[in-house]
Amino acid sequence: MKVQDHAQAAAQFIKDEERTDWHDETLWFVRKKRDLAAHGIPEWEQLREWASQIKDHTLSNLSHYLESFEQKAIANGIRVHWAADGEEHNRIVHQIIADHDLKRIVKSKSMLTEECHLNEYLIQKGISVVDTDLGERIVQLRKEAPSHIVLPAIHLKKQDVSDTFHDFLDTEKGNNDPQYLTEAARQHLRDYFIASELAITGVNFAIAETGGFVVCTNEGNADMGAHKADVHIACMGIEKIIPKAEHLGVFLRLLARSATGQPVTTYSSHFHRPREGQEMHLVIVDNGRTRQLGRADFRNSLKCIRCAACFNTCPVYRRSGGHSYHTAVAGPIGSILNPNLDMKANADLPFASTLCGSCSNVCPVKIDIHEQLYKWRQVIVQAGYAPVSKKLGMEGMAAVLSSPALYHFSGKMGRTTLKYAPFLVNNGFNPWYKQRDMPAPPAESFGEWYQKNRS
Amino acid sequence: MNSRDRILQAAAENQPAQRDLPVIDFERLIRYDEPAVVFEQVLTKIGGQLIRVKSLEEVKRRFAGEDQEKFCIDAIDCTEEDRLKMKAWKATDLALLHTLYIRGSFGVAENSAVWVDELAMVNRLLPFICEHLFVVLEEKEIVPTMHHAYQKTDVSRTGFGSFIAGPSKTADIEQSLVIGAHGPRSLTIYLIENDSI
Amino acid sequence: MKVALFIPCYVDQFYPKAAIATLELLEKFGLDVSYPKNQTCCGQPMANSGFEHLTKGCNSLFVENFSGYDYVVCPSGSCVMHIKDHLHIEENEEAAQDIRNKVYELTEFLVDVLKIEKLEASFPYKVGLHQSCHGQRGLKLSQMTELVAEPFSKPGHLLSMVKGLELVELDRKDECCGFGGTFCVTEEAVSVKMGKDRVLDHERNGAEYITAGDLSCLMHMEGILKRRGSKVKIIHIAEILNHHLS
Repeated sequence: MKVQDHAQAAAQFIKDEERTDWHDETLWFVRKKRDLAAHGIPEWEQLREWASQIKDHTLSNLSHYLESFEQKAIANGIRVHWAADGEEHNRIVHQIIADHDLKRIVKSKSMLTEECHLNEYLIQKGISVVDTDLGERIVQLRKEAPSHIVLPAIHLKKQDVSDTFHDFLDTEKGNNDPQYLTEAARQHLRDYFIASELAITGVNFAIAETGGFVVCTNEGNADMGAHKADVHIACMGIEKIIPKAEHLGVFLRLLARSATGQPVTTYSSHFHRPREGQEMHLVIVDNGRTRQLGRADFRNSLKCIRCAACFNTCPVYRRSGGHSYHTAVAGPIGSILNPNLDMKANADLPFASTLCGSCSNVCPVKIDIHEQLYKWRQVIVQAGYAPVSKKLGMEGMAAVLSSPALYHFSGKMGRTTLKYAPFLVNNGFNPWYKQRDMPAPPAESFGEWYQKNRS
Repeated sequence: MNSRDRILQAAAENQPAQRDLPVIDFERLIRYDEPAVVFEQVLTKIGGQLIRVKSLEEVKRRFAGEDQEKFCIDAIDCTEEDRLKMKAWKATDLALLHTLYIRGSFGVAENSAVWVDELAMVNRLLPFICEHLFVVLEEKEIVPTMHHAYQKTDVSRTGFGSFIAGPSKTADIEQSLVIGAHGPRSLTIYLIENDSI
Repeated sequence: MKVALFIPCYVDQFYPKAAIATLELLEKFGLDVSYPKNQTCCGQPMANSGFEHLTKGCNSLFVENFSGYDYVVCPSGSCVMHIKDHLHIEENEEAAQDIRNKVYELTEFLVDVLKIEKLEASFPYKVGLHQSCHGQRGLKLSQMTELVAEPFSKPGHLLSMVKGLELVELDRKDECCGFGGTFCVTEEAVSVKMGKDRVLDHERNGAEYITAGDLSCLMHMEGILKRRGSKVKIIHIAEILNHHLS
């Protein structure tokens, strides 16, 4: 399915340097807002630690909490479904729609349904779903995927949105005013809300103690859909569980501040029971999560609360755009989650990083993202997904670097011919030179100097 | 074995050794000398506004002064009969809802969120579908942080409840903040001051 | 105090001046410094590319070369971090552990071990300090802007002792330069773009020199500066700390 790997797609993205700068600056601005919000909370680092510990505890008791959550949810009148993978998730959702023979479906943001490719599945069944988050609606109209899990249309500029809305919503050509465009989307989507029969939402947190779940939005679109439609389907990964409602105190303080720098999202809606006459379904999805739980080095990636702070801080993401990650969840966190879903197809992602470590520092649940990137690299190479040329180069390098005699010989060669720095794989064509020079060759190495001057 | 059992079994097999829950030490939390002042500052920043009032009667007078040509609902004090009627309203009935007055249980200083449960909203759609939302809050019901907030209430007491912080908004077009996405275009808090009767 | 000088392979080959400055600087403090001549590389280039399993030879050689000293000091945070995190030898883990504890990046050695409060150095230029990520976030040589914590900077502290040196404020204090080991060639486009942006930040804020604790970052930025014909120069921090007006 993947046409280009990250490096190729990123190179494509960067060709438009002005837009790349804009993308970088815009997301950097979000990172700065996050910093400002975090610095407003003196106990910020303690909060991150608590959040991390709550998630560690939950993962260590996941089966127990899932069971008690299910029990409470059923007692609350919620119909609970379990899906082993994306395919089963899609089948369940389709079955519910088919059982009621419903046509008018709205969906608020859910990265899980993106991960499972629900929309595509339903389209094949002749069912269309209207995404109601503004950013998601924009990319849906353009037949694109979201490029960011919190800001789905961050790869687009307002004139792009204006063009799209002109085509689909009949807005004035060339009117790029975000206020005007948002108002147009409000009117357009309101009709869908009023007419909707079934609403699909994601889940930010599911509370084991009470059998309820929390959905956070700024736009109010999850609520508009869920409270109007006669059938509400909420979709969640098994890792969304938290033990108690009081733990939301920790997570809701961290989530929006980390995501956008807001003190909290406009709506943090707690669903516990369907309203009178409504059907409420909950689909609990594994899709590789229990496998990831079994990988000691990678399990704590399941602590992720999808704030995307790691996207915004990542210097690579900011300059390559979300689509270069060719997966539903892009960015640093996506690069440690996706190899678990398909190691071969996503073998490039853990290498799309300089391992600078900024991601781990902003993570509100303290996932050691950059360390897991390093570890995935080892796993991917061992699994045989590294290019052969790279493997040969590395073996050659290892031979040289573990032998002082070979090292001193090839160092001299390297310096005189300047074909490659000793740490770069020499595969015939070295991309270093495309836009960079090498340092001027010194007359002698330090080793040679030392020999003459100190011994 | 069905998917449920397979998932639960896989989780049980793959989950790591027991890790303990942390104790949330409230001594570590930020303190505010005047929570209501902070609440107002934050609310203003996120696009809401706060009006201090002396009593619930004053709020009622303000409601009476709203443009009654428009569709306005006062859900603060309503009879059982009204409640039944409001509950039955569908989205089509509420599409033109202009102004809604409801009661908030308590507010949170650090983020200016107000807890509104199903009892107060009567019909779950009301606070989301209205154009302008007015929430009545007592000053003494403002807690400093979300940790305190979850001590104030059992969130599963009613079938639905929401922390509402400011009017609906989006920044999905070039990160330009626009107030009034799908929900209310404005949010006003009527704060009933402490020293009032 | 017996100190072994650990000079990263690319510094040995391409930036001997930085290695000489490191040696002279340590000697000024009266230390008994020697350079084990059979040293090659810490193995990081392979490990970061996913080939940690090929670094066993490097690891054994490293332990062979650097055992028996009080400290191992290196003018590179990145190489030190790699040794601290990944130097393991199955048959002699104790020796590996010993070295992991004794290895120091130059500025942290000067600040934390030697507790330097005064330097006889002058460098009358405007200097931009690039925080190399592995030194900063890996070894915590400076506070990180992501964290809600007290600011500090070990390299900054040392540079403040240099006469005439004016440290310029950057718009982004600790953004990665994009070198990233083999990333610099496998992700050439992103790497260069990151490097360009970093260099522009220094230029915009008036730096005449860009300094850092890691020459890998500096080599990358120098490559970009040269290609663009910029007047801004790079210099390793050891060369500044060892610099006199003659």
